Amino acid sequence: MTELTVNGAPVTVASDGDTPLLTVLRDELGLVGSRFGCGQGLCGACFVNVDGTVMPACQTPLGQVAGQGVTTVEGLSRDGTPHPVQQAILDRQAAQCGFCISGIVVRAAALLAEEPDADADRVAEALDRNLCRCGAQRRIIGAVLAARDLT
Amino acid sequence: MSDLPAHVIDNPHLGTWLSVADGLLEVHVGKVELGQGILTALAQIAADALGVPLPAIRMVAAHTTDGPDEGLTAGSLSVLQAGPALRHVGAVVRALAGPSEPVTSYVERVAALDPHTDLTSVAPAGAAETRSVGRSEARLDLPDKVLGRPRYLADLRPEGLLHGRVLRPPSPGARLVELDQGWKATGVELVRDGSFVGVVGEREADVDRALEQLRRDTTWAEEDSLPDEDDLPAWLREGPHEVIEVVDEGAPDEVALTASYSRPFLLHASIAPSVGMAVWRDGVLHVWSHSQGIHALRDAIAQALELAREDVAVEHVENAGCYGHNAADDAAFDAVLLARAVPGRPVQSRWTRPDELTWGPLSSAMTATVSAGLVDGRITGWAYDVWSQGHTARPGFRGTPGLLAGAHLAVPVPMPAATDPPLPGGGGTTRNAVPLYDVGPRRVTGHRKARTPLRSSAMRALGAHLNVFAIESFMDELAETAGVDPVRFRLDHLTDPRAAHVVETAAHLAGWDDPLPEDVGRGLGFARYKDNGAWCAVVAEVAVGSNVRVRRLTVVADLGTVVNPDGARNQLEGGATQATSWTVKERVRFDRRRVTSDDWERYPILSFAEAPLVDVHLVESDAPSIGAGEAAQGPTAAAIANAVHGALRVRVRDLPLTAESIVRAIEAQE
Ligand code: FES
Ligand code: FES
Repeated sequence: MTELTVNGAPVTVASDGDTPLLTVLRDELGLVGSRFGCGQGLCGACFVNVDGTVMPACQTPLGQVAGQGVTTVEGLSRDGTPHPVQQAILDRQAAQCGFCISGIVVRAAALLAEEPDADADRVAEALDRNLCRCGAQRRIIGAVLAARDLT
Repeated sequence: MSDLPAHVIDNPHLGTWLSVADGLLEVHVGKVELGQGILTALAQIAADALGVPLPAIRMVAAHTTDGPDEGLTAGSLSVLQAGPALRHVGAVVRALAGPSEPVTSYVERVAALDPHTDLTSVAPAGAAETRSVGRSEARLDLPDKVLGRPRYLADLRPEGLLHGRVLRPPSPGARLVELDQGWKATGVELVRDGSFVGVVGEREADVDRALEQLRRDTTWAEEDSLPDEDDLPAWLREGPHEVIEVVDEGAPDEVALTASYSRPFLLHASIAPSVGMAVWRDGVLHVWSHSQGIHALRDAIAQALELAREDVAVEHVENAGCYGHNAADDAAFDAVLLARAVPGRPVQSRWTRPDELTWGPLSSAMTATVSAGLVDGRITGWAYDVWSQGHTARPGFRGTPGLLAGAHLAVPVPMPAATDPPLPGGGGTTRNAVPLYDVGPRRVTGHRKARTPLRSSAMRALGAHLNVFAIESFMDELAETAGVDPVRFRLDHLTDPRAAHVVETAAHLAGWDDPLPEDVGRGLGFARYKDNGAWCAVVAEVAVGSNVRVRRLTVVADLGTVVNPDGARNQLEGGATQATSWTVKERVRFDRRRVTSDDWERYPILSFAEAPLVDVHLVESDAPSIGAGEAAQGPTAAAIANAVHGALRVRVRDLPLTAESIVRAIEAQE
């Protein structure tokens, strides 16, 4: 049994310590907002925030986050109010298939928390480990900047 | 009633298109959401046709039993095909249940209509008021996707769900020679049929581990079956070929210029691996798939397993964007085969990332040679030959199921070489192979390779990416030979006013004549997609340093009437950005045995920092709607190559436009 905090709530999970956190979130906890894209830490679809550090949940063994606080895309909206980055993405329709968006929102939210003045180049650089195949990159960068101006 | 929409004639019952639940009008369509926003555009059309506001509509995903058969969602035809059908359905409903206000009582009257009402025998009401069409309505599917709610196929968790994984062979020609009879792994059951091997189990962690164990415990017989990746143009030109005569008005009398162009194999590279889900229950096989053609998939599954069509039901569930025929159908068939071993239990089977990048259908490598006559600045004749593997191997092609796992079964279901869509449907190898310019007599021929060790099928724009790249690069080469500005040279050879308009507008908006810094170039590319679709011109501004950096794309498109302007812009932006990635970065890698570009490091795609700024301008028009999703790919590739030439005075004719290919072109030029 491993204890950790997910989106503010303490949970105890039965998976072994070497199970990828992403599998635990999706399969054991039913939190499917973090998407499986590659399982190799190379696409960013599964990014989660662990006590302030963004990491690929697919490459993070459960044992490594025991006792820590994990925030997933589901935990970014508060009481039904989307996170400003999510709201800006919706306002600007900055997505096509949307499969890349969960991990991008997690990464961009962490960036704006650390660097509230990030400019377009900084946003692009921060999203360096996130891939978008539909070609929505420029819209997404625009939405993150709009979220920055909103907060 | 010959002017009835084809999809209404094929699906004549009201209940196939419309139902009522929770006080909403549920609209059933056969077109599927691939991330292109089609459900929203069709909801807008349906809302106007039925005479209700958009929130009174709920779109229902395509289903082989409960919805209309509208064929494939492909070829940028969805609005063109599905729009008229929805307008007719709406007009019939208004005739039978109108007036449409107040909405609540109208919806009740619609609910009371006989679902068997024959849509072909009721006189429709007059045209409806346009309220939603033409507005940039927000996408209906995006809130779930942006807020991280369950929406994709892999998010479904039905009662009793089992997870599945299939071990794909290590290389295209491989056969399974050894797997211990008593093979076991924790928490899973083995499923085997010939060289098809997979596992099912309750927990995802178990099936993932079992798959890796299975990989270690199997022995395969492999063979070298692949061509030399560094000599693809020569390999493509080796016969036998199926010859496609597109036009033959005779060859040019005198050739002023000849050039050859090529591109490597490319990948859909969807950001999500393909997934399928299936359950065999009470004599019916239920399948959930992100296929682009659920009816064709149903027929293919029935054919492969010798089932009656009525005993197979396929329902569409979204996945990440696919850009043509990717592994969606194959993953569905995997789930079907795994679920057959555990009757009554749904099995969800997901591909691995390496399998998605190596086993999904590729988009074929291509090469073309073009020659033209040129007298006093005018083109006087044109000859064009293009060589390629086929561009479609969709389920049902050449009368075969065309599902990957079929080829690995103990009694295999063969998979012949890919073919092409028919010429009136735009062709494949020869898509956009005929220039729209006035070039004198033309001879255009396609050569489709008859033997294909690498599986290929449809990807966005099909052959148009290479053909437009070749034609539009060559137009610049001719213009240079003639000593004429490339935009002027194009306009001199265009008689179609809508074509000339997008070319002129793109040049104007991009500041065609404005000076540029050193090492920065500007280039233009133009095409009318499939010769009957959208007109699109792109100007690229490119900086060339240690690699090619596309800074800005100006895209001008004439799409006729636009149902959702922001949605269309989004499609063009995405198409142009993706084509930039194809053009400057992408190449499937392989040795003589295996595809080796099996992860995102070995198949890199455009990053956030590399994505160009894209300005999209839509031409105002009230002509019929034409799709936007495939209009920009060819013009973007050509615009970038022409801009590279602008920056370096070097003509790069082989894609991708990497530092390596530029160096090779410089050496060849010297
Ligand atoms: S799924 Fe974790 S980085 Fe791709
Ligand atoms: S929107 Fe499809 S991958 Fe980003």
